[in-house]
Formats: sequence, C-alpha cells, structure tokens
Amino acid sequence: MSARAYNFAYLDEQTKRMIRRALLKAVAIPGYQVPFASREMPMPYGWGTGGVQVTAAVIGPDDVLKVIDQGADDTTNAVSIRAFFAKVAEVKTTTRTAEATLIQTRHRIPEHPLTSGQILVYQVPIPEPLRFLEPRETETRTMHALSEYGLMHVKLYEDIARHGHIATTYAYPVKVEGRYLMDPSPIPKFDNPKMHRSPALQLFGAGREKRIYAIPPFTEVVSLDFDDHPFTVQEFGAPCALCGAEGVYLDEVVLDDKGGHMFVCSDTDFCEDRRAQGFGPQVTEAAE
Amino acid sequence: MYVAVKGGEAAIANAHRLLADRRRGDRSLPAIGIEQIVNQLGLAVDRVMGEGSLYDRELAALAITQARGDMIEAIFLVRAYRTTLPRFGISVPIDTAAMEIERRISASFKDLPGGQVLGPTFDYTHRLIDPALAEDLPVDAPLTREAPETASPRVTDLLAGEGLIEPDGVVSSEPPGDLTREPLEFPLSRELRLQALARGDEGFLLALGYSTQRGYARTHPFAGEIRIGEVEVRLFVPELGFEVVLGRVRVTECQMVNQFHGNAETPPQFTRGYGLVFGQAERKAMSMALCDRALRAREFGEDIVAPAQDEEFVISHSDNVQATGFVEHLKLPHYVDFQAELDLVRRLRAEHASERKREAAE
Amino acid sequence: MAAALAQGFADPVLDAQQAFRAVLMALAEPGAPRALPGLAHAPPPLPPVLAALALTLLDHETPVWLDRPLADSNAMKSWLAFQCGAPLSDDPARAAFALIAEPAGLPPLALFAQGTDAFPDRSTTILIAATPTRQSLTLTGPGIDGSRKADLPIRPSLVAEWAENRALFPRGVDVVIAGAGEIIGLPRTTRLARG
Repeated sequence: MSARAYNFAYLDEQTKRMIRRALLKAVAIPGYQVPFASREMPMPYGWGTGGVQVTAAVIGPDDVLKVIDQGADDTTNAVSIRAFFAKVAEVKTTTRTAEATLIQTRHRIPEHPLTSGQILVYQVPIPEPLRFLEPRETETRTMHALSEYGLMHVKLYEDIARHGHIATTYAYPVKVEGRYLMDPSPIPKFDNPKMHRSPALQLFGAGREKRIYAIPPFTEVVSLDFDDHPFTVQEFGAPCALCGAEGVYLDEVVLDDKGGHMFVCSDTDFCEDRRAQGFGPQVTEAAE
Repeated sequence: MYVAVKGGEAAIANAHRLLADRRRGDRSLPAIGIEQIVNQLGLAVDRVMGEGSLYDRELAALAITQARGDMIEAIFLVRAYRTTLPRFGISVPIDTAAMEIERRISASFKDLPGGQVLGPTFDYTHRLIDPALAEDLPVDAPLTREAPETASPRVTDLLAGEGLIEPDGVVSSEPPGDLTREPLEFPLSRELRLQALARGDEGFLLALGYSTQRGYARTHPFAGEIRIGEVEVRLFVPELGFEVVLGRVRVTECQMVNQFHGNAETPPQFTRGYGLVFGQAERKAMSMALCDRALRAREFGEDIVAPAQDEEFVISHSDNVQATGFVEHLKLPHYVDFQAELDLVRRLRAEHASERKREAAE
Repeated sequence: MAAALAQGFADPVLDAQQAFRAVLMALAEPGAPRALPGLAHAPPPLPPVLAALALTLLDHETPVWLDRPLADSNAMKSWLAFQCGAPLSDDPARAAFALIAEPAGLPPLALFAQGTDAFPDRSTTILIAATPTRQSLTLTGPGIDGSRKADLPIRPSLVAEWAENRALFPRGVDVVIAGAGEIIGLPRTTRLARG
C-alpha cells in the first residue's frame, strides 16, 4: 500500500484502456457525452476526479503539465492536483501556458491562445446542459438522440422576456458542429469564444456523473443565441490593476470593508508574464 | 499595493500536518490499536466495510482511525483503495440458507423450524447510559450451547413452498453486472439496483424506507426474516471443475414480505424486498429491503408516486461518497463564476433602478 | 509456447500510453499520419502496427471481430487471448473492435455496429491495415483547419461507402488505418472527396 504500489499515473492499465476507449469515441462524436465507468479516485467527487482520470489516461513521461483552478496555478486544488501528478507520473509541471503540453483546468480557459498539439482537460461537475431543465437522464438522453433542444431555447427566451437579455453568465450552453448541445463546464461565458475552432484538443471529464466528451481541434462551437439577441461576452470597465491588460477576464478583489475593490487578471500566468515584460497598471487621470 | 496570494502548497502541507496532530490527539494517551477498533467498534467497522464494498476488517478499522472516526471519510478511503484492486473472479452466489446463524428472527411467525435466535442485539436493552463502562470492569463470558440439529430454512422458502410468495427469481447464466466497472444506464436491472443499495448510505436509505412506512409508497411490509451470521464464499474454478471455498464472511440478510393484490396474470401473493449487507448491519439491511421493494413498483405495475419508488432519484443520490464530494466541493473557489454573477446582478440592479427612475419621471 | 505468446510491449505501461496518444491525435486530426512503431514480434499475419493498436485498446471488455486471414491463424488467436484477453465475436455487429489484416476483404461497413441514436458511441472501431495503393482525397470536418489533402492507403470502394457512413452521423463506425510505422485516423465526422 505504499505510493509505489500504484501504477504510473495512478490508474491501473485496464482502467486507462477503458477511459482511452471512451476518449476516442468522444473525439469521433464531438460534444456527445460518452458514459464511462468512472473510478473512485483518491480525491473527492466534485473536486476534479473526471479531469484527473482523463489526464491520467492521457499523460506520458514527456508531457509538461499545467493545472489551473479559476485561472490560477496556485489555488489550493490546482496545487493539490499538480502535486498528485508530479508524484504518481513524475512529469514536469509548469505554470506557463505556452510551455504546457497538457493543461487541466477548472472554470477557465487560459488567456494565452492555445496551439496545435496542446490538450486542454476540463473538470466538469454536471456534464448535461439540460440537467437543470430536466433532471432525468432517461429524458435528456432522448432529447440528445432526437436533437430536440427546444427546452433550452425556451429557457433562454424566458430570460430575455424577464430581464431583457439572457441571464446565464457561466456554463453557457454551446452547440458543437451543429449537432450536440454541450455544457462547456462552468467557465464564464467570456471564455466560450475561445472554444470555437481552437487548434488545441479539448477533453472534458465528469467523474461523479461518469461522462467524457470532447471537442477536436478546429471544430465549430457556437454559443446559443437569438438573431435579435446575439451572444455577447462580459466586458470589464477597467483594465487589470496589476498588468494593465484589457479584454481579459478579471477577478474582483475586495480591499477593505468600505466597498474598496480592484480588478486583476484571473489568469495569473498571463498577468505575471505581462508584468515580467514590463507592463504595469495603466495610469489614468482617475487614479490621481 | 495589492499582492496576489501565493503559497497554496505550503498552506496545504501545514494543514495536513495539523490534521495529523489533531488525529493523534494527546500523545500522553496510548494510540488506539487497529485490533481494538475491530473488536470494540465492530459495528462501525461493519458499516465501513458495507458502504466501502470491501470485506476487510483491519483495513476498515485503519480507515476509521485515519478518518478520526468520520464514517463517510473512512468509507471513501476504503473505496479509493478498493478501486485499485485487481479482480480475480466472480464468486458463486452465497447460500444464506446454509448460514452459521448468530441471530435469526422472524416477525411473521411466532415459531418456525430452527427457532428464533436473538443473538447480540440492542433490541430490548434499556437505553440508559452505563457509567460502569467508563471503567474497564470484567465482562461475563456469553452463554453457549451446541448448535441445534434442526436446519433453519429461510422464511421465504417456507412461504414459497405453498406458492404464497413470488418465486425468488431465476439465476441468470450471464455474469452479473458490476456498477463499479460499468457506467449505470437507467432503468437498472434488479441486481445492479441491489448493488447500488448495498453500498448506499445507511441514513439516506433509512429515511427513504421510513417514508414508505409513512405512506409515501406504502408496501405493507413484514419483516419476514432477518438473519445474521457467517457464510462461505466459494469460487468455481474451471481448471479444477469444482468450487473451492475462499473463506467466510459475516453478512446480514433481511427479507421483507410485502402484500401484492395481484393483477390479470398473477393471483394475489406476497412479494419480496431484499436486503443484504456485509457484517452486522440490521438497520441498513432492513432499509435496503424496504427500498428494494418500493423500487420494484414498475415491475408490479404500481403507480409511481413517491420518492422511494423513483429509481433515478434514489440510486443517483444514495452514494454518500459521491454526495459528500459534490456537496463539499462548494468549498472550492468559485470566484470566477461568482464574478460573472456579481456582474449580472449589478447590471440587473442598475437596469431596475433606471426603470424605476423613468417610471417616476413619467 | 509461452515464449511465443509472451510477445507484448517491451514496456506495457509507457508503450501503451504513447500508442494511445498517437491514436487520440490521429482521430483528433483526421488524415494526418501519426508515427506509431509496430510491435517487434507481432504474430503473423497480424501487421506489427495493428498488433500495437490491439495491445493498446483491447481487453476482456471488448469483443473483437477478426477478418478471415486473422481468424484462420491459431497463433494469432492465442496471442490475442493471452495478451489482450479479448473475446472473439463472430458477428461484426456486436464487435467493439474489428481487426482487418487484409483490407481487400473488409466487409461492408454497414455490417459493423453502428451505435444507436441514444448511444452512438456503441459502434465498432475498425483497425485496418493500409492498402499498397493510395487514394488522393480532400478531407473536411472536425479536426481539420479548412480542408486537408491526403493520399489515404484505403481501397477505392471505401470512399463511396464512407459517404454512407458519414450520413449516419452521429451513428457510424470509426477507422484507424495502420501503415508501416504510422497510423491515420478516420472518425465518422470526416467527409472525403476525390481530388
């Protein structure tokens, strides 16, 4: 029962083969959720067991692994998962997006554009985009089989009727290659356009719900919308307070209990990289 | 100037060091031995084995002490270990009729072949805290007698002899499904459903079973029989051409006998709800049997009106390792999504305010 | 006997991982060849790269259908049973995988498992040896930036059959073509046009 009692990348070979077969079918049917016999992992369900199983089935000794949670490499769960693979697969790890061959993520897509040959592995809590509209698997499976997605359009349209716009801000549903409705995992909708025709291979693992799905490179990924209410992403009023970046996703940091707050890059590697290049806060008149 | 927080790695290492300290507690007291847990907290060990789906007392006891007595954490430890173990084969079904009985009661017959055997039960104890246990006073040895010559046939077999209860089902020649090796596909076969229930959370199944008694899918249950004891585990070895005994396990079996009014094809008869759990786990076995019968509603053409009859609902939520993971994952950072929602709520509030202002101006 | 059977990967864990990555990327980027070393001691008539694919993907959970030359070889079947433990399936419609050593003898694609509308993943993955002649084709679909020109080592009739397979989407078979030291992926999403 020592650490050495476990196989390379923790999973036994039979389990890896089972996951690998599911991955191949997932790639062949973009956006379709392939059921797989998810295993208990030495970390809790809901904490990335799907992503960890996918990574474990894919990773090799030549890989360079990056793990992010909320865009950051140093959030506790990202640290924990990175340390797990450093231990059981003895791979090189990095925080730099461009250096990584394999990136496991929770809730973000890196700001630095991904390139051909990179693999992005998403941790997915609820893979079924229709689940909150229809709790039964037997029902949603039929909807996917028939490509019957009216329920989701009705939901989005009700948003518009009530609020004047679609009130979904993260886990915003997408249509893959014009066929499957897919949950992009709880990334902010800001990141949705990055999935569209990405040169990287995108793999999704949902451990507790026992589903794997994928988006091959250069695949159509379209966020649902209506002609009169086109899809838009969040815009931030100010640039990053640390590196001055614009057009990136920002986290709000509370500074005091008097309403003081500032906005900084959610992607910590991207922000550090810019600061290393000499970028800093944008000096504005308001800052005086 | 704001500096982003760093040092997750050191924080985790320090937290785990503190956890190890708290787990061990006061070093001037002796550490609890695994054997002590196996012997003196046997029912806790049984629960961890049952819901952990792994029959290994020492391992379960180790998990209990590693988890500081947190049962679901201990079950999780055992499950995560179990999943790495290779499968050598599938045993032949255990024969509970041949059980070496330690406890055997029937609520449906006053007396029956083999008799009622109370065994080591809390039933009929008065629940008065016993201060004497705080001191390690001598405990009397139990009374023993020779095992009776008469067999103890299962109550359901006695009823089946008269055709009063539905048959016990046919043993399929197909290898049984394994929910730990294949993704579940609803609706489930009964064997897979029973597997899920056998490792389901005791508290969840207890509450669901209770709900059936209170009218949410009433199934008129009688505790036909509860038996606890050891059975042989046998493996058929094709190379040898016969079964070999691998060892013995203690199990609790509960057969609920339920009313069924019959339909066009079937005359009125009793139906079964089945519970089988590792170790001595009577509450769990009874709850399982109640849930099993409620979940057979579709099979008997009964109206599905209550949560306990809803297979997707019950089985999707009965696993406490899955449940605790997902509930507790809310502790993980969600600030990216929260930021997106914060932005939306601010925008909606601004729109609301300008709308109000416009209305006031009109 | 045991020595003849025990011809698997030199490093069962890492060799399988590298081979899998080649297959994964081959199906993710259809038509682009991926290097995959053949197995040093493949049991004839199983081509070495097909043998490596079999070791990577097959086990006791995957019924496999063999083409005539493979099905006729007891040495090959013993190797498959010993190394992979994969049950043989006489019925291509029940096979998770098909191993095709002689591509001229590939049965119609429609005979293999196509998956269902609810479970399109339950379809056969055909692992097939390359033909000596090649077809000049233009590929489009997921995994391809615009279009890709490729000379695929498949028999000519497969192009027309492939259009029928494509039309079944999301049902349909997926194909991995095994050449000398390389593989090419052809997932059901890929469209083939001559030229």
